[in-house]
Amino acid sequence: MKKVFSSADEALNGVLKDGMTIAAGGFGLCGIPENLIAAIKNSGVKELTIASNNAGVDDFGLGLLLQDRQVKKMISSYVGENDLFMQQYLAGELEIEFNPQGTLAERLRAGGAGIPGFYTATGVGTKIAEGKETKEFDGKTYVLERGLRADLAIVKAWKGDAQGNLTYRKTAMNFNPECATAGKITIAEVEEIVPVGSLDKMQIHTPGVYVQRIFAANHEKRIEQRTTRAA
Amino acid sequence: MPWDRNDMAARAAQELEDGFYVNLGIGIPTLVSNYVPEDYDITLQSENGMLGMGPFPTEEEIDADLINAGKQTVTELDRTSYFSSSQSFAMIRGGHINLSILGAMEVSETGDLANWMIPGRLVKGMGGAMDLVAGVQRIVIIMDHANKAGESKLLKKCSLPLTGQGVVDRIITNLGVFDVVEGGLKVIELAPEVTMEEVRNKTEATIVGS
Repeated sequence: MKKVFSSADEALNGVLKDGMTIAAGGFGLCGIPENLIAAIKNSGVKELTIASNNAGVDDFGLGLLLQDRQVKKMISSYVGENDLFMQQYLAGELEIEFNPQGTLAERLRAGGAGIPGFYTATGVGTKIAEGKETKEFDGKTYVLERGLRADLAIVKAWKGDAQGNLTYRKTAMNFNPECATAGKITIAEVEEIVPVGSLDKMQIHTPGVYVQRIFAANHEKRIEQRTTRAA
Repeated sequence: MPWDRNDMAARAAQELEDGFYVNLGIGIPTLVSNYVPEDYDITLQSENGMLGMGPFPTEEEIDADLINAGKQTVTELDRTSYFSSSQSFAMIRGGHINLSILGAMEVSETGDLANWMIPGRLVKGMGGAMDLVAGVQRIVIIMDHANKAGESKLLKKCSLPLTGQGVVDRIITNLGVFDVVEGGLKVIELAPEVTMEEVRNKTEATIVGS
């Protein structure tokens, strides 16, 4: 089956539906599927639930989807870099489900691995655990968290091949491998599609079974906090 | 004279032990890396997916794919490894990280920590803080003793939503070093010229011992 597509628009063809749940890779603006996000904005699809660690900034990344109010709910751990998000949330126009970062990562990992729930000590005794089942193991209390699947996962990798095998670069890996496993359909955007067989088979981070569609694109790779030391 | 930000960071660096794997929070905790003793072998973990974090890059070294958990550009070291978010939090939640130094809005005398939201006003999120305090072996807080209104941030009970319950081991403020012990907070050390009387006057939490 052909997995390689020519662009974000082509790769998203027939996939988007109002009200769907999307898992999006990236940490801050690092390793985000920026071309897919822009294409989703242009599609006009709405009422989205998006699971992503962050919500981008006002004019880049997932922040773009807030401009036309395409997002109904975010599942995130930190949204502090986005003023538009804060405004819409405080005005009651946008729902947020805060998940601790490690819990969000594990929910996606578990969901993708066929595990419907897991116990963690993270969040015990806080708002996060309210209304959730708790259980004691070896004298310590843990809270039950659910595995998370998404109708669509959008991820960004460094290199990929026509089989959908992916490798990530440095900290641009972050949530992308977990999101890739959690999508009923996973679309990967990569900097370069290389011939099948040319990736080091021992260094593939996401095996092709998880990826249904792939395309190559240019990436702006905007930097949020440009910090340097003197040379 | 009470400690300033750099003094607090330098004091926090004394919490490090040779060979430690350490996660530093955003803000003053980040400054602790400037005070690591030269003969210590310390590995910094960044929860976005990096073990062995190097210093900020030179202008030429900047790499958009290489940032820390504060979204700042950083560099790698020979020892560096990269991994995904679930792997990153497996090492945090699984107790493999020796020490985390974090900032706080409020800490209670029973070691409760609040540092992720102010209802109706500030909605940023907890990021990795709830996982860090639940899983890392030892939690040290660096924060100012009082908030901008001059009120004690060391409380009998936190007023803000909690990040973790009974998770804080030690607190370093501009006035001194405090441990969470049975019955309240114990003064371990005072900043220069700070007296016990001043600490008692400026602290809502119960101070135990002399």
